[in-house]
Amino acid sequence: MNIISIEQFYNFCSQKKLMGVKCEECNALYAIPKPLCINCGSKKLFWIPFKGVGKLISYTIVHIPHPRFQNEAPYILGIIELEEGVKLLARIKEVKIEDIKIGMPLKIDFEKSENETWPNWPRYFFKPI
Amino acid sequence: MKVLASIISAGLSKFGKLDGLYAREIFAEAAKEAFENCPNLNPKKDIEALFIGQMSESYEHQGHAGPLMLNWVGLNGIPAFRVESACASSSVALRVGLMAIMSGLYNIVMVGGVEKMTHLPTSNNMEILASASDFPFEQWHGATFPSLFALMATAHMHEYGTTEEQMALVAVKNHENAFLNPKAHMQKKITVQDVLSSKVVSWPLKLYDCSLISDGASCVILAKHELAKKFTDTPVNIIASTQAQDSLSILERESLTTLNAIKLASREAFKMADLTPKDIDVAEVHDCFTIAEIIAYEDLGFCKKGFGGKLIEEGETKIGGKIPVNTSGGLKAKGHPVGATGVAQVYEIYLQLIGEAGKRQVNGAEIGLTCNIGGSGATATVNILKRGD
Ligand SMILES: [Zn+2]
Repeated sequence: MNIISIEQFYNFCSQKKLMGVKCEECNALYAIPKPLCINCGSKKLFWIPFKGVGKLISYTIVHIPHPRFQNEAPYILGIIELEEGVKLLARIKEVKIEDIKIGMPLKIDFEKSENETWPNWPRYFFKPI
Repeated sequence: MKVLASIISAGLSKFGKLDGLYAREIFAEAAKEAFENCPNLNPKKDIEALFIGQMSESYEHQGHAGPLMLNWVGLNGIPAFRVESACASSSVALRVGLMAIMSGLYNIVMVGGVEKMTHLPTSNNMEILASASDFPFEQWHGATFPSLFALMATAHMHEYGTTEEQMALVAVKNHENAFLNPKAHMQKKITVQDVLSSKVVSWPLKLYDCSLISDGASCVILAKHELAKKFTDTPVNIIASTQAQDSLSILERESLTTLNAIKLASREAFKMADLTPKDIDVAEVHDCFTIAEIIAYEDLGFCKKGFGGKLIEEGETKIGGKIPVNTSGGLKAKGHPVGATGVAQVYEIYLQLIGEAGKRQVNGAEIGLTCNIGGSGATATVNILKRGD
């Protein structure tokens, strides 16, 4: 469980947990798990739970979708600044396009992983609190 | 100010939908022009290495571009290097070529770039281009390339009041310039209304806010400064060449409205050339999307942060303005064969500085700048060029 890896990050997601990485030396936080601290170079990093809440800092309405999301277009893609101060990119769901606003509070939710071969990662998305 | 190396010749293929031609043949078209324009150069005897930028082997199911391109321009035997840095592939190849000359290893090298894209449907193109973004944290969640720049655009609009009309003006200007460039992909003038009413790709970016998927190739011949005059009366000197990186994923960046790699690379370039943004007579900057050009104005220091929209509105970046930008038509209208783009920017500045830019010539241009980014700005390169005496 202590392995810092992308695979492990998504294993946590399949347990409906958003986990981040913290540097033991300089306290830097990462939403994308890193084996080495970008801030201080330390190798001493460990998982910590994130609350999964934050606010929307930018968004776009994707009309021409990524081929994997052919059936979802148009979909909202946003950058969410988490309470912990780091950011994630995810789809924003359960909100009408005309109601979307920069600054709106959001919380994370998880989808079941698709039945495909690698990468069979469960996706997270954000929705209004 | 130090001359890093000199450009003694340059070539550019036609940009556009070049049906029936493979990347290697398009690259040969660019090479032919460079060779023909430099009769004192004996390519087989004088050129010592080739550095070629190409983004993806997925386009033609063809890797190993170094020897392939070398062979197709009639130069077998010498070392060939393929460099990949997404849309900055050829400008990074140019820097590797520069380093090879500055190290003393070679006296004359060829650097260039190529991409053949238009034979694939848009969805394949989107997927290949998206590969320059972070797979597990961006692509996996539905990010396309336009959507990453759209996220920057929305943030810029929110933070600085930049408008969709201002972004549209970038497209209008670059189409006007491409109209004067016989090698441009699209020679069609457009209006702000055309941009605003074009199909939404990833709001706020519409189809006419996006650069063109094109086929094309570019090259320049670099020589050690002391040797340049042997080959041409009109060398162009590279007086700064810098590169900086940022996180691949935009979500790890401090700000969505600035491309820090451009800031870092340009700050260092101006220092290297002992110049300021005010000294630049003409510039080619990365306008993969209209918002990217506005952000480049700001991060290169052509205006204050947040004033990029104003700068285009006031017409200062048109030919005849204070700082003409993308006289070639830019990626937006000249076209964006990704691997070819960085050196194609250098080609345009080369033409401007030797006074051969035809109807789009900037009067008396002596110093030019190029700024090429890879992906959503994880790589940025800046070159400053000066007319040789
Ligand atoms: Zn640290």
